[in-house]
Amino acid sequence: MSAAPGLFAQHLASGSRLASGIDALLEPGVDLEALAVRAREVTLQRFGRAVRLFAPLYVSNACLSSCTYCGFSKGLDVARRTLTVDQVVEEASALVDKGFRHLLLVSGEHRIEVSADYLVSCVEALRGLVPSIAIETQTWSDDTYTRLVDAGLEGVVHYQETYDRTRYAETHVAGWKRDYDRRLASTERAAEAGVRRLGVGALLGLSADWRADVATVAEHAVWLQRHYWRTEVTVSLPRIKPSASGFQPLVPVSDAEYVQALSALRVVAPEAGIVLSTREPAVLRDGLVRIAVTHMSAGSSTEPGGYLHPGEAQEQFAVSDERSPAEVATMLKAAGYDPVWKDSFALK
Amino acid sequence: MNSTADSIEIAGRAYGSRLLVGTGKFRSHQVMRDALVASGADIVTVALRRVDLTNPAEDILSFVPPGMTLLPNTSGAVDADEAVRLARLGRAATGADLVKLEVTPDPRTLAPDPIHTLRAAERLVAEGFTVLPYCSADPVLCRHLEEAGCATVMPLGAWIGSNRGLRTRDAIEVIVSQAGVPVVVDAGLGVPSDAAEAMEIGAAAVLVNTAIAVASDPVAMARAFALATEAGRLGFLAGPGAVLDVAEASSPLTGFLA
Repeated sequence: MSAAPGLFAQHLASGSRLASGIDALLEPGVDLEALAVRAREVTLQRFGRAVRLFAPLYVSNACLSSCTYCGFSKGLDVARRTLTVDQVVEEASALVDKGFRHLLLVSGEHRIEVSADYLVSCVEALRGLVPSIAIETQTWSDDTYTRLVDAGLEGVVHYQETYDRTRYAETHVAGWKRDYDRRLASTERAAEAGVRRLGVGALLGLSADWRADVATVAEHAVWLQRHYWRTEVTVSLPRIKPSASGFQPLVPVSDAEYVQALSALRVVAPEAGIVLSTREPAVLRDGLVRIAVTHMSAGSSTEPGGYLHPGEAQEQFAVSDERSPAEVATMLKAAGYDPVWKDSFALK
Repeated sequence: MNSTADSIEIAGRAYGSRLLVGTGKFRSHQVMRDALVASGADIVTVALRRVDLTNPAEDILSFVPPGMTLLPNTSGAVDADEAVRLARLGRAATGADLVKLEVTPDPRTLAPDPIHTLRAAERLVAEGFTVLPYCSADPVLCRHLEEAGCATVMPLGAWIGSNRGLRTRDAIEVIVSQAGVPVVVDAGLGVPSDAAEAMEIGAAAVLVNTAIAVASDPVAMARAFALATEAGRLGFLAGPGAVLDVAEASSPLTGFLA
């Protein structure tokens, strides 16, 4: 049985919009340079010349959901691995040695191998080591978010992938993730549980109308800020990358369109952090830091255990920017930005 | 300004400069350091959430010029409990009792929480801290904070980071008129003339961060704020003439009656 639509789903259905100004900014033929200049001014004013660095820590690629674009999809015959809590700490220690103090625990959707108890144990084991811990896992309907917050969790990331219900159903064919409303309402449950940083986003290339997805990401971010005033919101627009799934994007989003999308997001959601991963190539990342991006991963591995034991398990997708964290930090400094390794304090 | 002639006293200690500066948003630690020196400030505030004593090479504290008084702040705290915990961490890290109290539960506006700020101030004063609270420009709240034992009050001039200037001027004038502790206008001052304006209406000091950090030339802007703060202070001490609706002759019209 599918979940009932949550508050944001009801808001979308109502037709009213908080961030409708983004539509004009996303139109073809917009003066991209002027838009980028405007976005840059907003970014500098709000965030200054500082970029926060974080690392994803893949804890498992086990998955019970079948998603047509993902390298972890249930049906794929790939090397699976779930780290023990001790192994998670070892991987985290390696990342701390590289300078990271902000970690994002990532997993496939396997509620037995990556259970609520397991995640709580991970957060408890890591909280003395890293001041800022976030998760990007399956969504939860029970008291899991509350338990994780009590354990010291700072952030939750749930990308809707696409807000187009038809396309969502076509690409999420089985498993819990198939439930559009359950997933969309998960950010509301996390906010109500006291998670202080929420990440939302869409996977560009999944739907034919990337502009509609970008506009809805903006709406989601602004709506969350309006309804959960204690919650910090970040947004991200990953583009589909090659993976074991063999999925090809429905409509490729060009680099110029991508810059337009992130610039527009910045202008209509000036307080939202914009996150950019190593999916994107170095030249684009270096350029986008000057325009809109405020949070970056660096030196990422997308396979569980991949920092200490690379090549033993399937990666989620291929990274494009393969520079080390230190090299990315050097780039930021050269571009006139302060690489911020630590911008948080242990919550527990 | 001769610092001995017109210093500001906070919790029994005199400081020559009436410009306090922050350390966020700079493009590099080195530029920050150069701007801090150029500002001539005696007090510099640092977010404890940015401090990383386990990584001294990159740690922001390593770039604070020697001789400056470090004012740790509780930026990022969302309630009184977190602010108190952070203040204790700050004391452990710096060995000093000074703390700039910031409680900002709304990440969008970063508006200070009056209720939790007052609660945290009461607890920190009881623990022996010298508390400098960032607060709304609210005359009654400032009264409460002063009664709680805070060493200053630090009402905002405008939303933090906004560079919008002294939008709360009317409230600051009331606060200045009644305060028994130094009034430090914190947040929102965007250009040097904003600092001068705050000083002209009797603020004891100003705190500036974003306007310096995001300027094209932060070092020059720091110097400009230093000069403006001093000019505004001199103007205040000089006793400005009244602002009138109509012209008034420089020589009294009825002088011949004498």
